[in-house]
Amino acid sequence: MENLTIAKESDARGSFCPGPLMELIRMIKAGTVGEVYAILSSDEGSKKDIPAWINKAGHEYLGSEPAEGATRFLVRKAK
Amino acid sequence: MKRIVILGGGTGGTMMANMLSKKLSSREAEIVLISNSPRHQYQPGWLYVPFGWEEATDLSRPLKDLLRRDVHLHIDAVKSLDHLGKTLQLESGKVLAYDYLIISTGSHIHPEQVPGLAEGGDHFYSEAGALRLREKLNDFQGGRIVIGVGGLPYKCPVAPLEFTFLLDDYLRRRGLRDKTSLTYTFPINACFTIPTVADMAQRLLDEKGVTVETFFNLETLDPTLRIATSLEGSEISYDLAVFIPPHRGAEFLWNHPIADADGWIDVHRSTLQSKVAPEIWAIGDTTNLPISKAGSTAHFEGPVVAAHVVAAVRGQEAESKHAEYDGHVMCFLEVGEDRASLLDFNFAGPPRPKEPSTLVHYQKILFNHAYWHLVPTAVI
Repeated sequence: MENLTIAKESDARGSFCPGPLMELIRMIKAGTVGEVYAILSSDEGSKKDIPAWINKAGHEYLGSEPAEGATRFLVRKAK
Repeated sequence: MKRIVILGGGTGGTMMANMLSKKLSSREAEIVLISNSPRHQYQPGWLYVPFGWEEATDLSRPLKDLLRRDVHLHIDAVKSLDHLGKTLQLESGKVLAYDYLIISTGSHIHPEQVPGLAEGGDHFYSEAGALRLREKLNDFQGGRIVIGVGGLPYKCPVAPLEFTFLLDDYLRRRGLRDKTSLTYTFPINACFTIPTVADMAQRLLDEKGVTVETFFNLETLDPTLRIATSLEGSEISYDLAVFIPPHRGAEFLWNHPIADADGWIDVHRSTLQSKVAPEIWAIGDTTNLPISKAGSTAHFEGPVVAAHVVAAVRGQEAESKHAEYDGHVMCFLEVGEDRASLLDFNFAGPPRPKEPSTLVHYQKILFNHAYWHLVPTAVI
């Protein structure tokens, strides 16, 4: 994933409300088709919730990686 | 002497003006507050207005009455901010220079961002919207009501849940609950963002016979056919649609170098200081932090911003007790039938909400009235 250019990243570590997934949805809705967005989450539930929403909403899940004591999730806005 | 300019006469701005006025002498700093309204609104109270349980006229007071005498209040609006020249261009034509700037211009609803929402939807996120919804509920005799989030971010994340619970209570009191279907929607795959709260809320929604539709991010509302459509592809028919409109920051901040396209200011999450302009701090809804946009957030951020601004004026380090914001947020959660719970949390851990009780509901009612004496005045 090192070759990806991230258009925007948000640090949602420790954010319980609105939480990492809501922050990701906000970024994707405000974003540009084709660009890659990243969210940093320390919430274990994100590992299931984030890919599930990306799949449901029809965007492209690019994977996750450990980062800054949390997990960075990457998604490309597809539509 | 330094000039500190504070933008916004809401919870954060009013509290900051009073807090700094207490901490700094008039020889150290001149404190100027710019507000585009002469009245201070207690926005959380709008939740009760559609049911006739609060009067809109009781939810605002003259801003001047809440300020210490040495705060200079100007009723004006910001046209533009030159963060390099450290000046503000105001709508009145005045140009105001500052040494330090605190931006607390809040979040503002934009229903026009969702096709059909302004024409076909209702909300309680403004005095006018809450009063219009009251009229519609007064005339309502049964049917399909859908509740949800019209766009992200939005302030007071628990408000759609609270509204649903209070609406169920209201309809039961009027004998209309059996003639009404309630559908609660939410953007993620649960009825709320925090699992501990979602578990409790889901149980209550089930008990009250509310249908829950998750992964529902509103895309359009068709006011003629009365259909709400989500970006995930589902459709819900309705007679009354209550959706929280999308929010944006103040217009002068849209696409500003210190903010993003929607005007949310990019700040360091522990100090609330702008990442672009070190003499600027943001407080409350106007930051880009992915935390609750709520009065309590501004309330707990206040001492941190004050500590850093006072330190900057005096050329010192910020006092250690308030050097860093820890993400503290506190929200009441009304669940109807005169019961409420309390959510209290920070970056370190989620809330552990207690079972809703009458005691907490009356604490909330008491707080709604005590607010004027305690929060904007910086008493607590």
